[in-house]
Amino acid sequence: MIFELPNLPYASDALEPMISKKTLEFHHDKHHAAYVTNLNNLVKGSKFEEADLETIIKYADGGIFNNGAQVWNHTFYFEQFGKDKIHMLKNGAFSDAVYRDFGSLDIFKDKFSNASKTLFGSGWTWLVKKPDGTLDIVQTSNAANPMRDGLKPILTCDVWEHAYYIDYQNKRADYIENFWKIIDWAVIAKRY
Amino acid sequence: MSFELPKLAYAYNALEPYIDAMTMEIHHTKHHAAYTNNLNNAIKDSENENKSIEEILKNISKYPMVVRNNGGGYYNHNVFWEIMSPNGGGEPKGDLLQAILKDFGSFEKFKESFNNAAATRFGSGWAWLVNQNGKLVISSTPNQDNPLMDVAEIKGTPILAIDVWEHAYYLKYQNRRPEYINAFWNVIDWNLVAKRFV
Ligand SMILES: [Fe+2]
Ligand SMILES: [Fe+2]
Repeated sequence: MIFELPNLPYASDALEPMISKKTLEFHHDKHHAAYVTNLNNLVKGSKFEEADLETIIKYADGGIFNNGAQVWNHTFYFEQFGKDKIHMLKNGAFSDAVYRDFGSLDIFKDKFSNASKTLFGSGWTWLVKKPDGTLDIVQTSNAANPMRDGLKPILTCDVWEHAYYIDYQNKRADYIENFWKIIDWAVIAKRY
Repeated sequence: MSFELPKLAYAYNALEPYIDAMTMEIHHTKHHAAYTNNLNNAIKDSENENKSIEEILKNISKYPMVVRNNGGGYYNHNVFWEIMSPNGGGEPKGDLLQAILKDFGSFEKFKESFNNAAATRFGSGWAWLVNQNGKLVISSTPNQDNPLMDVAEIKGTPILAIDVWEHAYYLKYQNRRPEYINAFWNVIDWNLVAKRFV
């Protein structure tokens, strides 16, 4: 199938000052777009020519996996933000699960932040739902995606340096602190 | 003994316009400094305190990841700063040039193959020109691994290095890693590379 770059679900300056317009433009218009272009070129004539992204994430390797997973990861990442219409975490099945598995929202955030700070090199931190319904935090390197291991992604943080270097340089911790201010919890709860 | 962040032999703006002063300063005073501190903390009060960095890296499979990551980060940046200078560019001479011609056919072919290793390293990492007892090969490693490490696929002594972590080029080149790689050839000081080729 032909993959397309989804539009950002908000204006490129919507996440200022937490994530700058410049960062978002490079991240979406250049990085995300390049993964889409590379993927389309790579699947042509391969056994993944008709495959969807989830199949690619589960079964592909090498360049097809890297680019396919990065297409999915970035779409998932961009969809979870909203500044003006941001929703707080409401009572419900998801917040129950957060309290049950982490003790509180703050404890969860601390653990997720810590996992994001300590991931060495390029990669992603994930809140995932395990097959038994419980929540867990996992780190993946480069393009890797937890669906490959049968886990359902709920929330993610891109800690490739391109996600924050223009705005925060080496201060990844500051990026992660501000990351929480633009999370739309309604989107996250719905994913659960 | 603890490891020290080396001083650069040139000013932060000396590699302009190929590598900008701000990138150089953050790279050296923040990234390299953090690897150095983290390495020192990881080996503090242990028998490793008196070992050389090369000795540690050659047995890195026996150490925890924190030593591999930060020991690699410490050493790799040392090499990177060491082989660049404002007098860079051009081509090597003498024994180094002869070795390149013998193992790659031409300087252009060597350059192409090194550029390819640097451009295709997915995620964070390094590309290297490696000396294997007189034979030169090109490799790339993920994150802060390097060819001295016993875990490296291609082992040997690195004599030329390019950092392709995004922090090495993002402020000036953003997503355009190939432009950064091309610019790098203007700041490679072949006399300094030749000193590592022994
Ligand atoms: Fe990204
Ligand atoms: Fe670096």
